[in-house]
Amino acid sequence: MTDSEIVIVGAGQAGYQLAGALRDAGHRGQLVLIGDEAELPYQRPPLSKAFLSGAIGAEALTFQQPVHFESKGIDLRIGTRAERLDRVGRRLILADGSDIGYDKLVLATGAANRVLPGSEGIDGVHSIRTIADARAIRERLERSRNAVVIGGGFLGLEFAAVAREWGLAVSIVEAGPRLMGRAISQPMAEAFRAHHVALGSQLFLQAKVRRLIAEAGEISAVELEDEILLPADLVVVGIGVEPHVALARDAGIDCDNGIVVDDRLATSDPSIFALGDCAVFPSRFALQPSRLESIQNAMDQARHLAAVLTGKPAAYDAVPWFWSDQGGAKLQIAGLAQGTDREVLRGDVSGMKFSVFCYRGDRLVAVESANRPADHMAARRLLTAGLSPTPEQAADPGFDLKSLFAAAQPAA
Amino acid sequence: MKITVDMDKCIGAGLCVVAAPQVFAQNDDDGLVIVLNENPPADQHEAVREAARLCPALVIHLQDDND
Repeated sequence: MTDSEIVIVGAGQAGYQLAGALRDAGHRGQLVLIGDEAELPYQRPPLSKAFLSGAIGAEALTFQQPVHFESKGIDLRIGTRAERLDRVGRRLILADGSDIGYDKLVLATGAANRVLPGSEGIDGVHSIRTIADARAIRERLERSRNAVVIGGGFLGLEFAAVAREWGLAVSIVEAGPRLMGRAISQPMAEAFRAHHVALGSQLFLQAKVRRLIAEAGEISAVELEDEILLPADLVVVGIGVEPHVALARDAGIDCDNGIVVDDRLATSDPSIFALGDCAVFPSRFALQPSRLESIQNAMDQARHLAAVLTGKPAAYDAVPWFWSDQGGAKLQIAGLAQGTDREVLRGDVSGMKFSVFCYRGDRLVAVESANRPADHMAARRLLTAGLSPTPEQAADPGFDLKSLFAAAQPAA
Repeated sequence: MKITVDMDKCIGAGLCVVAAPQVFAQNDDDGLVIVLNENPPADQHEAVREAARLCPALVIHLQDDND
């Protein structure tokens, strides 16, 4: 098994990490890593943060230079698009008509940002996923005065904070009743709403975009459904993503809002695996099989799949965690707040140093922390161990969450 | 080589510890980075560079000696 030929489609965080982890785990066979972007593999999280703020250049995002991939025996092919899958012949057909044989194929195809209908072809309307996207926005930031953010999720809010740093007037338009939608609890969403108002952004909740107004092909304003007209010379759209499933779906592999995998990350074809943003996987932390878009998910699934593919199969069981950095406020989330019925606050809410402990019945299922890294780290461990403080313990700032680990240790 | 870290931005991902366990550790309480050796020996430089590159919050900053 360690000598088989493995082909990874997608050279984002998950694909890149998997290739390295396979070599570290002793895989000796051929290893091909295919990416459709022109760039060497790079990390995306800083694109909406440090890169846009001007703190770093694109070179700081590149994971490794070509010589590294050569030295590890990783056949990296960037600027290469996979077109079709021949599962019977175990061949991946590329856009240029050539093909690559495989013993095991891994789909790390990621996701694409949803496009706002009516925004196609208007200069100044952007989204953030690739270096090319972020470069275009950064160039535009330098000569813009009015930014409109459509979608009050992590990406849009990170951009809004950076645009305020650049001195732009910023309007945030969110269709739902609160920021960051169902991803976080109401108290945390409210704290971040106040934070963005304090940063100087104007917020429009439960607001829908009627149309984008362009002059000579350039964005000039965003019109909302209640007639409000927001002047704009830069619009950033962050309204969610669609997973890249075409390659799998067209080959008859099970897909359902993502490529469906089991707890070994295998698809309905046992020779084909999927991980990262594109994969829907079962998890004890979720009510139903879920697709997660996060660094944690990409990293942990890459390490896990490297073990599976080198003969050490186990069930994937990592606790999900997320983070966002918005104008000096650090949001860390452990677990998934699905079906929660009770929220308990811990810490200093008005001082923006607090956590929300989210329960489903008696069970702790997620903890959101604003500038409280110790709560976050304790939460990751509690959730991994399946331990739940009582709501009274969680709310008591004098209660040491770590004491629960000691209590759970079997007597030596 | 001199290592500095931006603690305000650290998120406790722990990738630096995987890349360079002799140079980085995580605080038991909050998971934030601890630099065990701010001036690591030459045989650790490549591992430290990898740790800096992998950090999703880009909090590890390196200053190279000109020797």
